[in-house]
Amino acid sequence: MKYMNKSIEELHELLVKGEVTSEELVKESLSLSHEVQKKCNAFVTILDDARGGVVTDSLLSGIPYGVKDNYSTKDILSTGSSNTLKDYVPFFNATAVEHLNATGAIKVNKTAMDEFGMGGTGTTGHTGIQRNPWDTTRLSGGSSSGSAVAVATGVYPYALGSDTGDSIRKPAAYCGIVGYKPTYGMISRYGLFPFASSLDHCGVLTRNVRDAAIVVDAVKGKDKNDMTSWDSSKIHLLASCTGNVLGKKLCYIKEIVDKDNYPNASKELLAHLDNFHKTVEKCRSLGMIVEEVSVSDALLKAEPSVYVVISCAEATSNLSNLTGICFGPRGKGDNYIAMMKDHRTKGFSPLIKRRLVIGSYVLQRENQERYFKNAGRVRRLLVDKWKELFASYDAVILPVGSGPAKHIDGSKDILDEDTAILEEHLQIGNFGGFPSITIPNGFVNNLPVGVNITGNCYDDENVLNIAYALESAMNYKGQIAKEVK
Amino acid sequence: MTQYLAKIGIEMHCEMSETNTKVFSAAKNAYSETPNTNVRPLDMGFPGTLPVVNKEAVRLALMASIILNCSQPEYIYFERKNYYYPDMPKNYQITQETKPIPVGIYGKVEYECEGELKTIRVNNIHLEEDSASLDHFYSTTNIDYNRAGVPLLELVTEPDIHSAKEAVAFLEHMRSVYQYAGISEADSKKGQIRCDVNISLMDASLDETDSNNWGTRTEIKNVNSFGGVKDAINYEIKRQTEVLESGGVIEQETRRWDEESGTTIRMRSKEDAIDYKYFVEPNIPKFKINQEWLEEIKLSIPKLAMDRKKEYIDELGLSSYDAGVLVKEKSISDYFEECINIGIEAKTAANWITVNIIGELNKENISIDEFYIVPTMLKQIIDALKDGFLSSKQAKEVFAKAIEEKKEPKTFINKENAQISNKEELAHIIGDILNINQEQIEQYKNGRNNVFDYFVGQVMKNTKGKANPVLTKEILQEELNKR
Repeated sequence: MKYMNKSIEELHELLVKGEVTSEELVKESLSLSHEVQKKCNAFVTILDDARGGVVTDSLLSGIPYGVKDNYSTKDILSTGSSNTLKDYVPFFNATAVEHLNATGAIKVNKTAMDEFGMGGTGTTGHTGIQRNPWDTTRLSGGSSSGSAVAVATGVYPYALGSDTGDSIRKPAAYCGIVGYKPTYGMISRYGLFPFASSLDHCGVLTRNVRDAAIVVDAVKGKDKNDMTSWDSSKIHLLASCTGNVLGKKLCYIKEIVDKDNYPNASKELLAHLDNFHKTVEKCRSLGMIVEEVSVSDALLKAEPSVYVVISCAEATSNLSNLTGICFGPRGKGDNYIAMMKDHRTKGFSPLIKRRLVIGSYVLQRENQERYFKNAGRVRRLLVDKWKELFASYDAVILPVGSGPAKHIDGSKDILDEDTAILEEHLQIGNFGGFPSITIPNGFVNNLPVGVNITGNCYDDENVLNIAYALESAMNYKGQIAKEVK
Repeated sequence: MTQYLAKIGIEMHCEMSETNTKVFSAAKNAYSETPNTNVRPLDMGFPGTLPVVNKEAVRLALMASIILNCSQPEYIYFERKNYYYPDMPKNYQITQETKPIPVGIYGKVEYECEGELKTIRVNNIHLEEDSASLDHFYSTTNIDYNRAGVPLLELVTEPDIHSAKEAVAFLEHMRSVYQYAGISEADSKKGQIRCDVNISLMDASLDETDSNNWGTRTEIKNVNSFGGVKDAINYEIKRQTEVLESGGVIEQETRRWDEESGTTIRMRSKEDAIDYKYFVEPNIPKFKINQEWLEEIKLSIPKLAMDRKKEYIDELGLSSYDAGVLVKEKSISDYFEECINIGIEAKTAANWITVNIIGELNKENISIDEFYIVPTMLKQIIDALKDGFLSSKQAKEVFAKAIEEKKEPKTFINKENAQISNKEELAHIIGDILNINQEQIEQYKNGRNNVFDYFVGQVMKNTKGKANPVLTKEILQEELNKR
């Protein structure tokens, strides 16, 4: 590897000075793609015919990148890692991809994922498991598993991801990189295959905070095709990364990070929480104020179910366009119902089917009030609580997950009761549409772990600047995965 | 035998044909013979596509809501109605339910049925998207997505209608409202109007205002013409009456109107009713309807049929009958107003339209927009008639010839061959004739009145029939008196 371990700004400088050509970068990136594919199975499609491009003033011009396979890419297979779309070649680009095309960035692959973004393991896609590059017996996390693996292994400096619960921010932590989902609607969702529309966010995975700022600066903006997008032309993320955080106020939530709440804690969990508190100290040493706050345990305990109910309900409806009639492999049968059944029975993995059944159940007339409507109410309570925190604090800082990535063979997509809130709290960022970024904050068992910073809607500049300052005070910026086992 | 009172409610779906694009996609909103030409990715439910609300469709829907005296919501929401059907590629329809409030709730409309003013309460009116159309063949079905996503207004009434006649009168009233307001052509021939009808019977001697006295209702789906509505209601009243009379009970069920057999056929019972799993559409943020916009919409409502009719009677002096005929179709009323604008006298225009033009339209089964003789051409005929270049018989001939040969009427109005209406000229001709008929003058003076007709005949013979008959008689009388 000669170049692909570098940051966007470093690559741009080399390109501008003529020390390397875009064509050379693309070749290296493609060759790395094939290596990483063999080892970690990170891609659905590698675009071997990708060629270098023109280098302009745009920081992203001529530099390779990857796209999660749930983004619609014109004339390029886009499967959402599902058999229901295994041959689907869209005729239009997602808005985010259009924006990157306009900067002259070079797409080199489509990254594998949990089927339609539903899953946090990277094991449910139709092309198989995305292995963690630090330890291939471990999970990479999901659902942006391929994007996280590729960025962590230095295939390119960034890849697009999507985040409905924590699908950018968790795999980023497990792979030792940065994962950022901006405020809801800052990046248009047009062309992103929907999972749960009210929770879906586009975002990016990178190896440093400035790169995340550069990419989102390029892809954000109001889109006439997405009514939930908004005008962010006054927000300049890269420019906001000054590192000046003196007097910024952060808080963490006692009920989530207190070791006493985890009587059966594993060694990994204890080490992870200790590491988190070290990071908190780091923040204080940078002149930030970090305080402990308390949030009702009952409210926090309800959080994971709220997510399941809302996301499954919306998914049931969003995925009902997958019938194999207008697109996707046509099912067999004597009539349209039999054809759709055949298509969906063969196309969806068992995990998705389970979620669709849950979604359908909670929306049924007799259940809607008890499940779906109540979930909406608790969502509102949680968001209000977080907004209340943002009235006093610039951001909430919390550890990501309960430690490093879990093992593949021991993995099931089922919650461990004790650590449920620790595993799932990032979903609150989706409930409220809050800007939220995960950065690596060290190692547990020689495996990377992450810390998350989440701020109030539209306050992305503040959140990125805090993350940038903290990143600068630690040694994990730009790290490339090294197999440790 | 018990006397029954029918209680009928209508769900009237009307495509809004007057927006440029569809309600949530940028595809053209236009009727097309060529299938699948007005289609954008959203209309076929491609992954990642998102709905974008057409503001003009909301504006027109709010206008309909105002006209129906409904209350308008503070915020507009849309909802998803989830069910699988091949005409709906997303397998959910974006629509509005009653909670949150749609574009209009709780209104009331007045309409005329056989000269009597009736009132009907509106439960709600909402904006939604139409589905694709299916063409069924022997072993296959073709899907045409041109219609998918066309804005559709659904009007739901309370069961305030009591007969098929009233139902049709109400629907005709609504069609006229939609046409006059510029919301829709409301052409059922193009499939733009589709109705569901619910019917129950109650003992006519009981208090209608107490819902406990109401019978069990059945819903009849997919009635696509006004004639169908009439027949379906009459059939269903008869069917329910027979069930009740034979001691049976009416089951709450959904039935389908079968045009071919002229009967309603059971589709499903209440127990099998589909659970549509409604929830608020997450891709469309709620948006506030401000008062200024509503005021603006209110002021922009065009004059409706009832207003125009009143004006024709009060200001133009037309009979109530003629005014009623003229406003029945907006296009005809527009034609009439154009005639007035270019200076045709109101009663003359009304006569020509109600007698000659509508007759011609009915004969040819065309709309007035397709009619060859536009108002300026009609004026050529009327002016020639007024100036005496045409007799009324000739005027009708020119009218027919112009239509037949598709040539302007003036081509057929030859002033050389025109009627002689010049008084002096006629007096001269008449004088000459009298001079050589002294004997006949004597006979006339002696009381043989029919000699008068002889003189008229001579004048006509002399002028090859071009003498103005009225003037001829007038002058002849004068001249005879002088002698």
